Amino acid sequence: MTNKNKQETITTKIWNEIPEDDNPFAAKVCYCSGFDVYGDLLGKASYIEYLYLLFKLEPPSPNHALLLEGLAIALANPGIRDHSVRGAMNAGVGGSTHASALMAALAVGAGNLGGGREVYNMIKYWEQCGTDINAWEQMIKEPPVEERADVWPSMEHAPGFDPNGASCTLPVKQVLAHMVKIGDSEKLEWLQANRERLEQFAECPLAMSGVAATALHELQLSPDQAEMLYLLLRLPGAAVHSLEQEKLGWRRYPFFGDGLKLQKYNPKENMG
Amino acid sequence: MKKEKMFSEYEDNWETSMGAIFPGEKVVLRGKDVLKELKDYRWVEYLLFGITGRESPRLARLIEGMWLICTSFPDPRLWNNRVAALSATARSTGVLGSAGALAVSEATIYGLKPIQGVSDFLYRTSEKIAKGQCLEDVVKSEVKKYRGIYGYGRPVADKDERIGPLLEFAKSMGAGEGPYTKLAFDVDNYLGSSRLRYRINASGVVAGLLADEGLTPKELYHIATLTFTAGVIPCYIDALEKPEGTFFPLRISRVNYEGTAVSRVWGQ
Repeated sequence: MTNKNKQETITTKIWNEIPEDDNPFAAKVCYCSGFDVYGDLLGKASYIEYLYLLFKLEPPSPNHALLLEGLAIALANPGIRDHSVRGAMNAGVGGSTHASALMAALAVGAGNLGGGREVYNMIKYWEQCGTDINAWEQMIKEPPVEERADVWPSMEHAPGFDPNGASCTLPVKQVLAHMVKIGDSEKLEWLQANRERLEQFAECPLAMSGVAATALHELQLSPDQAEMLYLLLRLPGAAVHSLEQEKLGWRRYPFFGDGLKLQKYNPKENMG
Repeated sequence: MKKEKMFSEYEDNWETSMGAIFPGEKVVLRGKDVLKELKDYRWVEYLLFGITGRESPRLARLIEGMWLICTSFPDPRLWNNRVAALSATARSTGVLGSAGALAVSEATIYGLKPIQGVSDFLYRTSEKIAKGQCLEDVVKSEVKKYRGIYGYGRPVADKDERIGPLLEFAKSMGAGEGPYTKLAFDVDNYLGSSRLRYRINASGVVAGLLADEGLTPKELYHIATLTFTAGVIPCYIDALEKPEGTFFPLRISRVNYEGTAVSRVWGQ
């Protein structure tokens, strides 16, 4: 596996380093896609611009920076009742490590319902359907079926839509309107214009994940990149809610003490 | 309104027959009193019962032996194990290192995806053959569609040292003669003689053996979830005993930069 004459290396287009004169294991200068991170970029670029640079290797246009900034705020706290935030709070109330709170939020917030995989799946739809409403109708009504089993559960609803929603919620509409207002975003404008028709096809309202997926697609991120960035952007809320509940303690956090009703077990029905 | 009603029905109301704890009284799993009826179970028997509802000391022992032979290798170079070693060298906690390694074990080139994937492949292939397709065509179509077959081929090494001991152990347990195991090796024979030259790896053999015992791909996936942990934790312990930061340190010359060669100035 290892050629002793040649040390194995890590290949990257993102990051380059110049060593300190006295230590080949410490960096003196770090470049991100050609920009000196600590000697030039720091103090000039905003956090959002740097985040964009990390993913795309180019600085964002002013428009794209605004779009990502808006998305980052929209996603930073999914809210105290969100599944992923609840995952993190469970770490908090039990006195678990802080890393475990974020790991719990990631685990819960990774899935098909409002999570990273939903964003991935919706961008796959975007890639196939573009702004062709007929293609969306067919895709939503006859979703692709994968023959091979996957570790991910199958989608149980159209990705980007809320199967448990009654109508499109105000925050979702506000975020979409804000994104459209920033301007120059063909896909978000199309989503806004066609939201109600898409909701009819999906038989449920557009969700925040659907706006996020569309914005990330507008930023020309691949489904993999978008899934990753979405996971990342939703962590601040998980962090602070977990810290808050850690201080308040488990006694002031729902245990659902009377909520679990144990039913009679029927081996035949419950097998597997 | 219909959807709101559904949530209302679930509010403070989780109806389940899977299990529960009654503090100070008892613990129930699938209708059994854990502290009375299951207290003499071996841990893997309990795991098997929890996942499948099946009570089988023999199957549990078969699974336990398989995991020992196949997945509990304490080599910190293996990608999931390396997460534990890195956690230790960076002086994180043992559980965080193990949990990170566990999550990483749901990989494509090894670990949980192939484990579940090859079981799924064997079930699908068997069904197609029963419907009249020939093995060669099924395999060819799978390779064409997915550019490979879970359970066949192996990164880093061609030969899988686990297969011999695995089959020997299975034989000692009265396993290894079933149709899915035979199918797994029929596919191996075909692939080995094709231009692909993929050979069966341990996950393919395990999937065949356990399909013959009636385990579904998803049951196999759940049962296999923790199997790497016995190899992961020693890697953490080992790295924690060495000076901090010393696990395969990388000097800057080990970064092979292939990005823009131009030095850029922000804002220009």
